[in-house]
Amino acid sequence: MSAAIPYGLCSAVLVGLGLFGLITHPQPLRKILAFNLIGSGVFLLFGVIARRGAAVGFGGDPVPQALVITGLVVAFAGTALAVALLLRLVDETRRGTLRDE
Amino acid sequence: MALAFDIVLVLLILGVATWTISARDTFAAVVGFIGFGLVLALAWVCLAAPDVALTEAAIGSGLTGGLLVGASARLRRTETTSGETPSISLRLSAGVVCTFISAGLAAIVLELPGKAPTLAPQVAANLAMIGLDNPVTAVLMAYRAVDTLLEVVVLLLVLGGIWSLAPDHLWGGSPGSRHLAGPDGVLPFVAQLLVPVGILVGIHIFWIGSVAPGGEFQGATILAAMWILATMAGLVDMPAVSRRWLRLLLVAGSAVFFAVGFAGFAMAGAFLAYPEAYAKLLILIIEIPLTLSIAATLALLVAGPPERAPQE
Amino acid sequence: MPDSATAGGFLLVFAIVLPVVGALLSLVLGGRHAERVTLILIPAGLAVAVAIAASIWRTHGMLQYFVGGWDPPLGVAFRADGLSAVMLVTAALLICGIGLFARAQFPSPRGAEKRAPSVFWTLLLTNWGALNAVFIGGDLFNLYVALELLTFAAVPLVSLDGRPETLAAALRYLLFALFGSILYLLGAVLLYGVYGTLDIVLLASRIRAEPAAWAAIALITAGLLAKAALYPFHLWLPPAHAGAPAPASALLSGLVVKAPFFLVVRLWFDVMPKIPERAAAQVLGILGAAAILFGSAVALRQARLKLLIAYSTVAQIGYLFLMFPLAIKPEAGHPWSTFAWTGGVVQAISHAFAKAAMFMAAGLIAEGLGHDRIAGLAGIGRALPISVLAFGLGGLSLMGLPPSGGFVAKAMLLTAAVAEGQWWWALVVLMGGLLAAGYVFLVLARSLAEPLEPLRLSTTISRCRQTIVLVLALGAVLLGFVPLEPLELLQIGRPDIAIDRLK
Repeated sequence: MSAAIPYGLCSAVLVGLGLFGLITHPQPLRKILAFNLIGSGVFLLFGVIARRGAAVGFGGDPVPQALVITGLVVAFAGTALAVALLLRLVDETRRGTLRDE
Repeated sequence: MALAFDIVLVLLILGVATWTISARDTFAAVVGFIGFGLVLALAWVCLAAPDVALTEAAIGSGLTGGLLVGASARLRRTETTSGETPSISLRLSAGVVCTFISAGLAAIVLELPGKAPTLAPQVAANLAMIGLDNPVTAVLMAYRAVDTLLEVVVLLLVLGGIWSLAPDHLWGGSPGSRHLAGPDGVLPFVAQLLVPVGILVGIHIFWIGSVAPGGEFQGATILAAMWILATMAGLVDMPAVSRRWLRLLLVAGSAVFFAVGFAGFAMAGAFLAYPEAYAKLLILIIEIPLTLSIAATLALLVAGPPERAPQE
Repeated sequence: MPDSATAGGFLLVFAIVLPVVGALLSLVLGGRHAERVTLILIPAGLAVAVAIAASIWRTHGMLQYFVGGWDPPLGVAFRADGLSAVMLVTAALLICGIGLFARAQFPSPRGAEKRAPSVFWTLLLTNWGALNAVFIGGDLFNLYVALELLTFAAVPLVSLDGRPETLAAALRYLLFALFGSILYLLGAVLLYGVYGTLDIVLLASRIRAEPAAWAAIALITAGLLAKAALYPFHLWLPPAHAGAPAPASALLSGLVVKAPFFLVVRLWFDVMPKIPERAAAQVLGILGAAAILFGSAVALRQARLKLLIAYSTVAQIGYLFLMFPLAIKPEAGHPWSTFAWTGGVVQAISHAFAKAAMFMAAGLIAEGLGHDRIAGLAGIGRALPISVLAFGLGGLSLMGLPPSGGFVAKAMLLTAAVAEGQWWWALVVLMGGLLAAGYVFLVLARSLAEPLEPLRLSTTISRCRQTIVLVLALGAVLLGFVPLEPLELLQIGRPDIAIDRLK
């Protein structure tokens, strides 16, 4: 169980880092990057919880691991939609920010 | 010592993450993000989650990275015109807030109960009934199959949403520009070697998902990457998205998933239930078209909205 | 709580599967058939929703279904109580009205597939399926996937016309929604880490008052507030709802924004009834009050009709969250808290009908005039009387005047506030009603004014569409005949009853 503590702390820092990036970067693409970072932190935390649930010969609790896989796919879908919207917006306006509306 | 390795890995992860956030140039940040994903995949291996490691490397780092690289290249023109940098006070206050949040989260993580609750025994107890050896695949395809089903629907609908962003006259056309295979190109040569191998690897990873780390999402991602590679090298062209066969391919996986789910009413008394004798077979029947559908969906998600008019 | 699936539980599966399969069918058959598939599925889905409500009413118990036959915590459960049933029926009725209204705006072409109709009908079905999944989901992660499906189906509707303003609004909506999802997921992860399950009923039995649980609830609630556009997370809503085409705005303001609110209710009243949280409920109430006052005040200053209605949504969502400080019970069975709870639910439903009618009426007015500037509305009262009447009836509900569902809701909230000694909420409700009267009368007065020269509509607006809008507005009025007391249907499956029979 103590083996997973470094990764638990890592996930907490990742969430904070990503949040910082989200707040301080005005460009939407950097915000999308920051979102992915926060998401990675949350998934990593779930992985730590899975590792703590190791039992009956499994290295970790399989349920959180499966949920992380689902979450990764859904997060990718969200990123794809956001990127497509952003590119289309830039094509239409030749600007790169959300400031002007 | 394992703990020392963990700490070094964590420091590496945080270092790359910090670079991703603080890099001036967006392209550099995206490259940093791809590296971050790969190092994170290592962390997943250390957390005894090889299926997740595969998925993180393939989708989290590979596909997402490819998507973001393409986007940052196209946004390069506008980068220099948007010369806004956040003020020092904003960064300071944001830094303070985020440090608090991280600290709070870390405190909660350290306070997690000593005897961790886990569903592993329940998963193991029913594994034999399903006939699979990979517990993660069992969760994805049996215990929580409805989550997987909804997730596949999410993928398809996001694809439809991305298509909706095309202008009216381009609706139903082909995504991306036409890549022409030059006769002396390095890329077509590499692709011709790599794609068949990649397809075999993808199929293999999907196939062993029932007994070892792997499964349809990881295999499908590799197949999708091969299709994208072949397109970029000019070996094949992206089809028009209004083509009936493409639409059928995209929906086939979920259609079979729903069909087996409904059959579960008759055979085993509940939606998405499997009769004990046929569970593994039914899961396989779902997984084969599902892998192909997901591969097509993922590739098209990276390709984006149609950019060439359909030729009717 | 029954130990396994109840008879009739399979209906819950159909509530989700029917619209989703319809959406996939539309994708395959091609956009020409998307409208037809939707129109066939609307009565079917309505029948399923009514059947679920009837089954719950008959047995006075919840419907429960374990998908795949696996019991929680290993598997995923679908559950419907009185509240779910009411929301399912509301969604079905509203989708029916929106679908019929949108036929003229998104007709299916005879020749090649066209973008806007294909996308609209497919996404309408997907939104419906996702909404139903939220209303009957019993597992926090399943609800996460359902919420994501809802967001990803709603965002492209905002940017359907492809203008830069709507693209920007859609992107902002998506970013706020993704932010909300991440917070929600973090909270859910923490709950699993401490209690080992994501099933709502099991969590209710295992949860204790400890920092991890509080942090998790706070995170999930904050995430859902961002998706529900509660002040201060409301920035994305006005441009998004105003920029979407009228039937899509009706869907977004009427139903989509209620789904996260529904989940906050589930979380606070079903998962945490044992944890004291009065102070936190007051915070929700304060944010709600800020939303009411701010949203209504800004609505008064709008020059465009659709933006006015969108800011009004921001305000009316605030009423929903006033329910929390009033309905949190110090101990079980406190009569006024049930009053407040019923008031909040009636507000959600009547606002759904009223706002949908108002957005669609505004859409018809904009089609007729070619613009939606409030200053230029003179004479529309004569040209499109049915639409303006519908707008006015919807406005009745917003103001809280009888007879309307809004009056019932606000009266219940007022009574609970005064009876519990939290009179400051009563002040907020009254102020909000006054401000709402301000912006509704602003529009009505302009519409009924005599124009400087005779008004000529740029297109003819069919009576049929105007009548559909009127029917929806009458729905909000009909809710005014709900008796001013806790409804039996809504009380079916309340946790006071459920906790006794948990395993």
